[in-house]
Amino acid sequence: MTDSAKGSAVEVELPPALVRLFPGVTPQIGLSAANVGEAIEALNQQWPGMRDRLVDSTPRIRRNIHIFVDGERASLDTPLAPGAQIIIKTAMIG
Amino acid sequence: MVEKVLVLVGTTRGAFIVESDTNRRSWALRGPFCEVWPMNHVKGDAASGTIYGGGGDQWFGPAVWKSTDLGETWTHSSEGLAYAEGEEPIKTVWSVAPANGALYAGVQPAGLFRSDDGGATWRHVSGLRDHPTRPDWQPGGGGLNLHSIVVEPNGGQRIWVGMSAVGVFHSADGGETWEPRNRGTRNDYMPEGQQYPELGQCVHCVVMAPGMPDRLYQQNHCGMYRSDDGGLQWHSIENGLPSSFGFPAAAHPRDPDVLYLLPLNGDAAGRYPPDGKAAVWRTRDRGESWEALRNGLPQENAFFGVLRQAMATDALEPAGVYFGTNTGSLFASADEGDGWQRIAEHLPMILSVETLVVDG
Repeated sequence: MTDSAKGSAVEVELPPALVRLFPGVTPQIGLSAANVGEAIEALNQQWPGMRDRLVDSTPRIRRNIHIFVDGERASLDTPLAPGAQIIIKTAMIG
Repeated sequence: MVEKVLVLVGTTRGAFIVESDTNRRSWALRGPFCEVWPMNHVKGDAASGTIYGGGGDQWFGPAVWKSTDLGETWTHSSEGLAYAEGEEPIKTVWSVAPANGALYAGVQPAGLFRSDDGGATWRHVSGLRDHPTRPDWQPGGGGLNLHSIVVEPNGGQRIWVGMSAVGVFHSADGGETWEPRNRGTRNDYMPEGQQYPELGQCVHCVVMAPGMPDRLYQQNHCGMYRSDDGGLQWHSIENGLPSSFGFPAAAHPRDPDVLYLLPLNGDAAGRYPPDGKAAVWRTRDRGESWEALRNGLPQENAFFGVLRQAMATDALEPAGVYFGTNTGSLFASADEGDGWQRIAEHLPMILSVETLVVDG
């Protein structure tokens, strides 16, 4: 289902370490966005400050944050089809 | 009113608070806080009792954390704590400094930010990075960071910052314009005849003497210094010390002639206390002479280091002195440095130590 004004209705899964930074946030969130950047902006609208945790000032997805759209690594301009699943993962470090 | 003293500890794995009454004999530890982010500097605002923490997480980037209930709960923000698009993004917050109702943050890559709403939003103090020397700024061993922020108290407009390995910079107009202030500090790694450059100085720590805003003390990679004119001219005060190398400096809360240093044996010699015997060194005469304070500190096999923000004094009478090691031990003196006890151990690497005296 597509909302032409707000983009596609998608599901976003947040990593536990990010959930802990925003008390009250749920790990699964539904929202409407046309691409990954818009999805992050929508998250930031609901949870002010979340964009800064996921995107640096380049702007670019932070080096150690991996975002997958329907299983494929994504960037900020990756488009979202209706029903897409966005999974945000913290990278394995060390 | 009953008071208590909080020792605020920043580590590579979160912030901790070690707390005691004013006798400072028995201590209790709380933490880790700040979701175990690396916290480079945790500092209290004596005016409000608010605690701020500057750090940066390898996944989620830089932020300043804040607690208004002495560490029970924390929030975080980096709104506006960013350079312009296309510039190298900020990696971490190195230092925080509440002063004159504002809050300053020093970051890596080196720059200064200011908040006028208690850390909720930030603006870049851009005059510093607009300085024409910026293309020549070079990183020190810990990166190109702004670690020391000294603000003239009582509403003064003067600010000094320390950047590694750039040097000391000064603003006389609240941060609008800046100039380097490194005359008299030595760079042992330059050829003879070039050892006193205006830029390219590895300043490790700058502090202000209480009640004397023109008197600054500096621990440099190459020597210890005092300035009596706001940094226009620096004078070596390393005579009588066992080494010219170290990281932290801590001013006394009331006596401008008293300074505490923790000399290490040398940058290429292990960076631990000389001969493995721990000592804090105190001057009571503005650096003219020094005495080693060892009572209660380990006098054999002490191979730890103490980092640039990891020593502090408290505001009590007599003054307390504190330092934390890169091996996770925290030492305290309740009598101006004459006697010491270890008040915490087995912590992560300690990056900063500050104190806050509050009503109990």
